[in-house]
Amino acid sequence: MAEIAIRNAGKTYGKTTIMQGINLDIRNGEFVVILGPSGCGKSSLLRMIAGLEEISSGEIAIGGQVVNQLEPRERGCAMVFQNYALYPHMTVGENIGYALKVARMPKAERLAKVAATAQSVGLTEFLDRKPGQLSGGQRQRVAMARAIIREPKVFLFDEPLSNLDAKLRVQMRHEIRRIHNQIHATSVFVTHDQHEGMTLADRLVVMNKGTIEQIGTPEEVYEHPASVYVAGFIGSPAMNFLPGRVDDSRAAVVLDDGQIIPLMSAIRPAAGQLVQIGLRPEKLSLAPLGGGALTARFDFAEELGSGRLYHLKIEDVPISVMAAEKHSFGEGQTIGLRFPNDAVHVFDGASGLRLDLHPAPTAAMVPA
Amino acid sequence: MIERTPLLNFATHVILLVGLALVIFPIWLAFVAATHDLRAVNSAPVELWPGPHLWANMQEAWVLSDFGPKFVNTLIVAVGVVVGKVTLACITAFSLVFFNYRGRMLIFWLIFITLMLPLEVRIVPTYAVAANALSPFQVMLDATGLTGLIETVSGIRVALEWNLLNSYTGMILPLVATATGTFLYRQFFLTVPDELVEAARMDGAGPLRFLWDTLIPLSKTNIAALATIMFVYAWNQYLWPLLIITDRANYGMVVVQLSDLVPDQFSTGGGTPTWHLAMAATLMVMLPPIAIVIFMQRWFVRGLINTDK
Repeated sequence: MAEIAIRNAGKTYGKTTIMQGINLDIRNGEFVVILGPSGCGKSSLLRMIAGLEEISSGEIAIGGQVVNQLEPRERGCAMVFQNYALYPHMTVGENIGYALKVARMPKAERLAKVAATAQSVGLTEFLDRKPGQLSGGQRQRVAMARAIIREPKVFLFDEPLSNLDAKLRVQMRHEIRRIHNQIHATSVFVTHDQHEGMTLADRLVVMNKGTIEQIGTPEEVYEHPASVYVAGFIGSPAMNFLPGRVDDSRAAVVLDDGQIIPLMSAIRPAAGQLVQIGLRPEKLSLAPLGGGALTARFDFAEELGSGRLYHLKIEDVPISVMAAEKHSFGEGQTIGLRFPNDAVHVFDGASGLRLDLHPAPTAAMVPA
Repeated sequence: MIERTPLLNFATHVILLVGLALVIFPIWLAFVAATHDLRAVNSAPVELWPGPHLWANMQEAWVLSDFGPKFVNTLIVAVGVVVGKVTLACITAFSLVFFNYRGRMLIFWLIFITLMLPLEVRIVPTYAVAANALSPFQVMLDATGLTGLIETVSGIRVALEWNLLNSYTGMILPLVATATGTFLYRQFFLTVPDELVEAARMDGAGPLRFLWDTLIPLSKTNIAALATIMFVYAWNQYLWPLLIITDRANYGMVVVQLSDLVPDQFSTGGGTPTWHLAMAATLMVMLPPIAIVIFMQRWFVRGLINTDK
């Protein structure tokens, strides 16, 4: 078990820089999820920790030891791959025990460990099968068992659930969390699926274009997104954004169509500053005309079973509202939009950064 | 393709049967000729049904051609070529696919180009090298003036020589040094997913361990295919042994021996052509390659059924 310290790490291929200035501290036994769209560098970062890719600049330390120059096998990491990467010609048992075989563990001891590990992930009856004869979920379990058996200091997961169907994905998600709660190994999990991120993580790392946008608990990231990017990435359906300009009193924002949104006293941007107002669909509710802070044009509604997703427009900006109650407005009807005052997120129009006097506490928690 | 086209089915079967007959007929004729005695085989019209003399003809041809030791020779060479080729091709392809070094593609293309230069095309230079395998080094020494230098300093004239004529090594090496196998392995290795390589690295397996534990088991069917092709290829060699084996008593190969039995104006000297012996010998020489193909076929089929690559 060990903590991971990433200091100013970067990755370049030839002259292209795909990642730079990555600073991240992962505590011992913590489950950290790196979340981002494809191509944001999250997998590269994981592979740099694993030792499968070179670290172009900066350094990575595992358990206090700088591992930049160490081979993967010397770093004490185990990895679960996206496509499982099982050895197709070996049985499940041989797959699970291969690392121990390479490490020259005596056969009897090895087989006992394989049996125990297989038991813990429910694979006992499949030990003699080949991976080709297993279902996706079972293969995933083999991949997990192969990682667990080595008792690694660090578990690395490279989008391990993305090849499973939706139901199995939820099930394996719980399984991974259960295993983590049992063995408490430091874990780094890479995914582009925000649900996986939110449910699994002790802390979330949101990446974009090779840099870290925000680090924080799932709750912090959801409640206080550090930038427009994070705000739009986390949450489903995605947050609504309305462009506007701060008025001369610095206490309210004037939207492009002249409507006014008052700001909470904690936020005091400069007069005339261009901003983006962020409103989460689930914090909004509909009202008859005159019944809310804003007015909007009703477009159409989607039935979701548990609730309804209403689509509106303010000027030409689409707004979605997630609400439980049923409304029957006609298309094009002008209606009111209600929301609590503290549901307003304000971001700088140019940089996209959050304008907030109390930023999410962990956002800049790298110790100096 | 699932279609109901009885007429087309019938036509394709006819074509198939005609093709089969075309292939089978010469072999059948050879077999029939091997079962008759000298008089019957030379009588017109050609016999189309087997006679009673197969065993006697085979015995006579066996003794006449000294096939006992020649079969052993050929087997040694064929097995040598198979083992050499499978090993060499595997290692070269492994290096070309899984390691990143300067000039990798250049080396691949150099190897690839040799596909266009079969042994028959470069037979004279190959013979020159086989006559003295160290001659390229001698040339280098001479050209750089090192030979003269060494001679003036030590008084010893450097004359490197390693004669491969009349040896198994000389028979085997030129047949091993071709690109076919390397290319076959390379194409297969390229289909091995990167994740598998990385999983092995994470499991702590070094490159050789990965080659031995993962790549070779996965390429079993490729090895079987390559081994079969190379065995038949080496067994059927005629020109190369004819050229470098002058000591036919000790190093003769069966195919060359066989050609001696085939009657022409020199060997029969105007006598009656002994086609029955030539054909009996042909049958015997044909057997090992056929046996190998039939035996190895099981592996191909197994490889085709097991699609869990």
